[in-house]
Amino acid sequence: MASLIQCPHCGARPKEEFSIKGSAEAERPAPDAAEDAWFEYVYQRDNPIGRIEEYWQHTSGCRRWLVVERDSGVHTVYRVLDATAARSSE
Amino acid sequence: MTSQRLKSGGLIDRNLPIAFMFDGKPYQGFAGDTLASALMANGVGLVGRSFKYHRPRGIMTAGSSEPNALVTVGEDGRTEPNCRATTVELYDGLVARSQNRWPSLGFDVGEVNALLSPFLGAGFYYKTFMWPAALWEKFYEPMIRRAAGLGRASYEPDPDHYEKCWAHCDLLVVGAGPAGLAAAMTAAQAGARVIIADEQSGPGGSLLSDRREIGGAPAPTFAAKISAELASMANVTVLSRTTVFGWYDDRVFGAVERVQKHVSVPAADKPVERLWRIVAKQCVLASGAEERPLVFGGNDRPGVMMADAARTYVNRYGVAAGSRVAVFTNNSSAYCAARDMEANGIDVAAIIDPRAETPDYDGQARVMANARVVGTRGWRGLTGITVQRGGEQETIPVDALLMSGGWNPIVSLACQRGAKPRWSDDHVAFLPPAPSDGMRTAGAAAGIASLGNCVQHGASIAVECLSKIGIAAKPFDAGPAEDEPAFSVTPLWHVAGSTGKAFVDFQNDVHTDDLGLAVREGYGHVEHTKRYTTTGMATDQGKLSNVNAIGILAEVRGTTPGDIGTTTYRPFYTPVSFGALAGAHRGRHFQPVRRSPLHMWAEKHGAEFVEVGHWYRSAWFPRSGETRWRQSVDREVLAVRRNVGICDVSTLGKIEIVGRDAAEFLNRIYCNGVAKLPVGKARYGLMLREDGFIYDDGTLSRLAENRYFMTTTTALAAGVLSHMEFCAQVLWPDLDVRFTSVSDQWAQIAIAGPRSRDLLKQIVDDDISNDAFPFLAAGTINLMGGQLSARLFRISYSGELAYELAVPASYGEAVANALMAIGEPMGVTPYGTEAMGVMRIEKGHVTHAEINGTVVPEDIGMGRMVSVKKPDFIGRRMLNREGLSGADRLKLVGLKPVDPSDDFSTGAHILNPGAAPSMAADQGHVTSTCFSPVLGHHIGLALIKRGPERIGEQVVVWDALKEQDIKAIIADPAFVDPAGERLHA
Ligand SMILES: [Zn+2]
Repeated sequence: MASLIQCPHCGARPKEEFSIKGSAEAERPAPDAAEDAWFEYVYQRDNPIGRIEEYWQHTSGCRRWLVVERDSGVHTVYRVLDATAARSSE
Repeated sequence: MTSQRLKSGGLIDRNLPIAFMFDGKPYQGFAGDTLASALMANGVGLVGRSFKYHRPRGIMTAGSSEPNALVTVGEDGRTEPNCRATTVELYDGLVARSQNRWPSLGFDVGEVNALLSPFLGAGFYYKTFMWPAALWEKFYEPMIRRAAGLGRASYEPDPDHYEKCWAHCDLLVVGAGPAGLAAAMTAAQAGARVIIADEQSGPGGSLLSDRREIGGAPAPTFAAKISAELASMANVTVLSRTTVFGWYDDRVFGAVERVQKHVSVPAADKPVERLWRIVAKQCVLASGAEERPLVFGGNDRPGVMMADAARTYVNRYGVAAGSRVAVFTNNSSAYCAARDMEANGIDVAAIIDPRAETPDYDGQARVMANARVVGTRGWRGLTGITVQRGGEQETIPVDALLMSGGWNPIVSLACQRGAKPRWSDDHVAFLPPAPSDGMRTAGAAAGIASLGNCVQHGASIAVECLSKIGIAAKPFDAGPAEDEPAFSVTPLWHVAGSTGKAFVDFQNDVHTDDLGLAVREGYGHVEHTKRYTTTGMATDQGKLSNVNAIGILAEVRGTTPGDIGTTTYRPFYTPVSFGALAGAHRGRHFQPVRRSPLHMWAEKHGAEFVEVGHWYRSAWFPRSGETRWRQSVDREVLAVRRNVGICDVSTLGKIEIVGRDAAEFLNRIYCNGVAKLPVGKARYGLMLREDGFIYDDGTLSRLAENRYFMTTTTALAAGVLSHMEFCAQVLWPDLDVRFTSVSDQWAQIAIAGPRSRDLLKQIVDDDISNDAFPFLAAGTINLMGGQLSARLFRISYSGELAYELAVPASYGEAVANALMAIGEPMGVTPYGTEAMGVMRIEKGHVTHAEINGTVVPEDIGMGRMVSVKKPDFIGRRMLNREGLSGADRLKLVGLKPVDPSDDFSTGAHILNPGAAPSMAADQGHVTSTCFSPVLGHHIGLALIKRGPERIGEQVVVWDALKEQDIKAIIADPAFVDPAGERLHA
């Protein structure tokens, strides 16, 4: 695990300031989407080894939700984006 | 004991004598001494007993790699075991004790272990203590622990304090020897922010032990000059007594600074140790090199020591290793040690070198080529050595033997993140891995041999590092260094045919036979050998032993050290105290304490407090004559039900929500409709998780068109805020909504009971009659003739006519005092969380005991609250799943014993009468219980299959822990005022 996370708003901060929610891969389905889509969203997680995207919140800093792209097998953090910006750019 | 202190010389201050105690006897040293140098100066050669065989051991090194001279320093709460005497700075009144001996260091009963040594070979723990397993806990483990030869911790609290801090720099230089000082000067002169750290009492490293000249001055003078210059520069931080022990991701380094371990009485306003986390853009590792012991019979005899250590003792401390010494070396560096001994008037009897070609030596000592030391004499101190040369043996009487088996660059830090050191046949050593991720190695740590070259290398490596971060630098020019002969070394991993045990790992008593045995028994992989023999597993982590063990393994397996490879490097480089790691987080600072703004008020009224997370909440308020908590709680409940009580509810989570789309947002957060909540009204709200189960409940009040005030349960105050921030930022960023936690800004007081309005109207300016301020009214009001603006909510947890009054936190105590004073004639009663809990059970209100993550709104009788009109809210889609509705689910009901004197516990299970307990027969479980003073018997809430359909049915409450079967009747969960008339009174 990285020691420092580059918050896009606060700069490099110790990882203890952040809390992790989990995978950011799945997007919340439309309210009336099929049950399968909701099941996937709520329960199914791939848990891959390698590059993953996760939701982290800078809880002891700016309190923004971030998308942290990191490697689950090694300690590399590739990218940290504000979650709102990350979602709107997709 | 004869003094080994020389008449003159060294960097000690002979005008400052220092008194200290070792094993109960008084001694004297000088300022600048270590405990080890002072003991040696006093002729104390025996300082410890070895771990397994209890062999007498002396001082081997002059630094942090010391395996033998482990002592306990300090007394009472300041007792610190396993201190290396070689790194303990002498201070006035220092008290040290030897370890692992009984009854005394000179006569140790454990010596008998040496006679048992045939049975104590490698893996003996595994072989001897395999079975029967039952004996492990009772016999083997206590026995091994008692026999294990390390110091004992004190049971008394440490009176000193510790702290942690962060630091940031462009360049971190680890080690302030020749290369490190040159690197730091190079960076400092270029204007970079520099931190240079060294584990010793001051900068200088090996320069402090050197007699040669550099830059036109003796090495120690040169070191002092450069250090002073660095210390004077604003962009440089010099950290002495600071060990950089670990390298972590993102160039974060861990270091421990021993701020006050070298003083008699630590100053109270400073920590004794400080833990640093240093964020460096680049790092120069200039940690130097460690001299390797030679492995020959009797190489652990007190008096056998590292050649370079002897050189340090004579040059830096003015202490002779012996009166007549010999040198045993396979390389050229120990010739310098011999030269320095002779320069100080110490008789060097012989230099024993296994090589045919020996370096030139212009001193008095006899140089013996093709020779080896094959044995040592003496028991508690060296008296002579046996040298084999060709076919002949010769005994040379000496009281010290200086050995040198070559040099290991100290690469630990460079390898802690997975990189492996590289074997070099030329250096006969493992060199650091290639530069990576901002770490470069300089000087002896990189395998550079001579003083002048180390300085130049340090400077040029710093230039390289700085260029990586865009800082142009010129290499620092130290001036010329005195010439020295070229370094040469020939590997000698162990001396074959020597007599007596030849130790590889001194601290863990591992000798050559153990390594051979490990290979024969299939533990030849270096990681296996380490664990099987315990080589390198002691507190010194094999600083002296690891590479020798690898060399011997390579010989036994017929391969090269490079092929064997090293074991894994990990933090910490040297032991770090728990105190430093804990920092300020101990005792009452172990975790933060949250006190309500009404804490002092509650304390004044005698509250018993209960810890809820970090909060201290007032649980009940005993009065004189009340000896049991239930007496207080029953009284408080009846006071509220019949009269009026006040309760601190400040710990509830409080969040303000503002924005144009706040209404729409909240409508998506709660499962019930809140969009149409009018301004000035409060509503109960239920939040679901996305999987449809209940997440939290609370109240929502609309203060203005686009401003809401939310309460959450105490436990989920932080969680709900994060959840809403996630929804707003990630799911619906198009909604205009913002959140502020105001939990700490408001003191909140519940005023409950039939006379609550009578009490409240005496301090509220506004009209709060039932018509003007009905049930679920919410708004801003004035108190005491406009003295204070406050918020009032007509909400009830107890089921009585009740209000919650919120005032700015700092006014909380004053307002509570005013309520108590004004209410005194009415008999207003403070009540705590226990009474609150009783009343909510009597009323059938849920907490997280009921909404436990397996419960949906329908299960607690709130199915009809869930909006069917809203197109979306968190949990809406999954709530509709098959299985989350239907008759057989566990549903909320009340429970009362058939016999009013019976009692049952939370967690007990419900069975049909006559059913044997089983998973299949299980009907549900009790979630909450209390004694209801209103009803005069115990009641409970329970989640029971088809519960509401079974009201009036008799069941059995089965409690396997209490071995109880209690007959009970399923009831409506609202035991008190089921029609809810009191709320509206
Ligand atoms: Zn931030």
